[in-house]
Amino acid sequence: MRARQRFTIWFESCRLSRRADWLLAWSLRLSALVSGALVVFITVFVIAEAWPALRSIGVWRFLNDASWYPSAGVEDGTFNLVPMLVGTVLTTAGAIVLAAPLGVLSAIFRQVYAPPGVGRVYRWLIELLAGIPSVVYGFWGLVVVVPIITRFEPPGASLLAGILILTLMILPTTTLASDAALQSVPRRTIEGAAALGLGRWATLQGVALPAASSGIATGVLLATGRALGETMAVLMVCGNVVAVPDSLFDPVRTLTANIALEMAYALDGHRSALFVSGLVLLLLVSALVLAAEVVDRRQAVG
Amino acid sequence: MIHDGSLQELRVLKSSLIVGSLSLALLVGGMVISGCGVAGADSSATDRQSERLVITGSSTVAPLVAEIGKRFEADAGVRVDVQTGGSSRGIADARNGLADIGMASRALGAAEDDLTGFTIARDGICVIIHRDNPITELSDPQVVDMFTGRLTHWDSLGGEDRRITVVNKAEGRSTLELFLKHFALDNRDVKASVVIGDNEQGIKTVAGNPGAIGYVSIGAAEHAAARGVAIKLLPMSGIAASTATLSEGNFPLARPLTLVIQGEPSTLTQRFIDYARSPAVHDLVRELSFVPAS
Repeated sequence: MRARQRFTIWFESCRLSRRADWLLAWSLRLSALVSGALVVFITVFVIAEAWPALRSIGVWRFLNDASWYPSAGVEDGTFNLVPMLVGTVLTTAGAIVLAAPLGVLSAIFRQVYAPPGVGRVYRWLIELLAGIPSVVYGFWGLVVVVPIITRFEPPGASLLAGILILTLMILPTTTLASDAALQSVPRRTIEGAAALGLGRWATLQGVALPAASSGIATGVLLATGRALGETMAVLMVCGNVVAVPDSLFDPVRTLTANIALEMAYALDGHRSALFVSGLVLLLLVSALVLAAEVVDRRQAVG
Repeated sequence: MIHDGSLQELRVLKSSLIVGSLSLALLVGGMVISGCGVAGADSSATDRQSERLVITGSSTVAPLVAEIGKRFEADAGVRVDVQTGGSSRGIADARNGLADIGMASRALGAAEDDLTGFTIARDGICVIIHRDNPITELSDPQVVDMFTGRLTHWDSLGGEDRRITVVNKAEGRSTLELFLKHFALDNRDVKASVVIGDNEQGIKTVAGNPGAIGYVSIGAAEHAAARGVAIKLLPMSGIAASTATLSEGNFPLARPLTLVIQGEPSTLTQRFIDYARSPAVHDLVRELSFVPAS
């Protein structure tokens, strides 16, 4: 707050004084306008492409049709998006449930318990994990993870495989965010806790983790965003059958995989229906950004 | 106020989330715009068309046409622009003039007599199972029973006690259409356990699952099996699935790879089609495990 006030005063003092400032201000305004307009443009575009399907097929059928066979046309086709919405939410939720605790625990390990050398190598490994492209994860999942699951419960390509691969993909995000959040808890605070006679675990649990909690939460939201949008890897390991799964071993199709599988081959109504699944995804991500905003505000207040 | 640093870091994280989704959106937007660009350039500049050929359509035909195109470019000094998007797109683009030539991995149907098709090569679809599966042959009704869920275990066919994993193709693919047509199936009746996109994913899925049954291009399957991938190509109606039986014209589940044009072709388009059907490119056809047309 104080910093912002200072800036305002500084701006006031040199207002109108220099041409360069005027130029700077307007070029900044322009670039802000361009990036803002682009988001609006893309949203409008997706809505416009989805509109014919929404109008001719109707929201009701996207929620209540028997199944998903969109290529037969508006009349004969069926357009139920719910199984894919469920698929997206389940894979993402499963991955977060695994990756969030793992990330926090490994960050605690690195910050508190690991010897410096081990900690450095560990961080380096996690960063390497973050740099592997998603198609490589998908390929590895298809030739290694899926056959292992198949041995126990065919077909192997399943919700479980998707969750495991996604967990691996978002683990670096949750780990590095938690690590950064823990690291930025001031030394004085930790030393203060130690001076009060608190043990290592009590310090962590009572002081360090609460102080870092909003940072961890933001990391988790960021990871959720990545998991929601992930396409290639889940396309390769999830089985892509359009049905609400009964168990972890059933195949699922996510909204992203649906678009990637069918968009290149889709025409007219089918294509428009795919834009509807894109629109649903857009709404999910907007909800996520909104959630991030709420977390951010609560943290600013607290 | 205590953890100012972390606040800063969080802001950065949050904004990177937003920047990330923005750049994704930009990418999509860019693709759309460039797609429109191709269309616009094509319909407006008819006289410049002679320097550039736009060919769109089937992802099965595209790798072959891309290779032929490269050779043609070197010979004729023009640009050949090959884009994939499925047979339906190839036919639609040829029809409304978005492309000079469309590619389809099937013969033209009765409703498409406004177009002219030229077969440049043949491709067959074969049923594949895992290499360790003792089954050596399946009749057509057996395949139908498996894909419709009436048969669920291999032991009822004399195989091992293992659940059958049906690997089907995603909606809109011409391989799916051809398969369904041959077995007189409706896609709604297919009880799939796995739905795949391209041939390579199908081959990997079957190779990783001893109970799986799927179908892919013979060329791709033969190539993979020769490399030691754990799949087995099943014969159909007693005829072995191979590029050899395909070229003899005996294999029942086959499709022509077709170049599609509408109306009178320009000189350049005609030259390219003639070139693609000439013996000069047969080595390329064989390299991609297809069979030359004539």
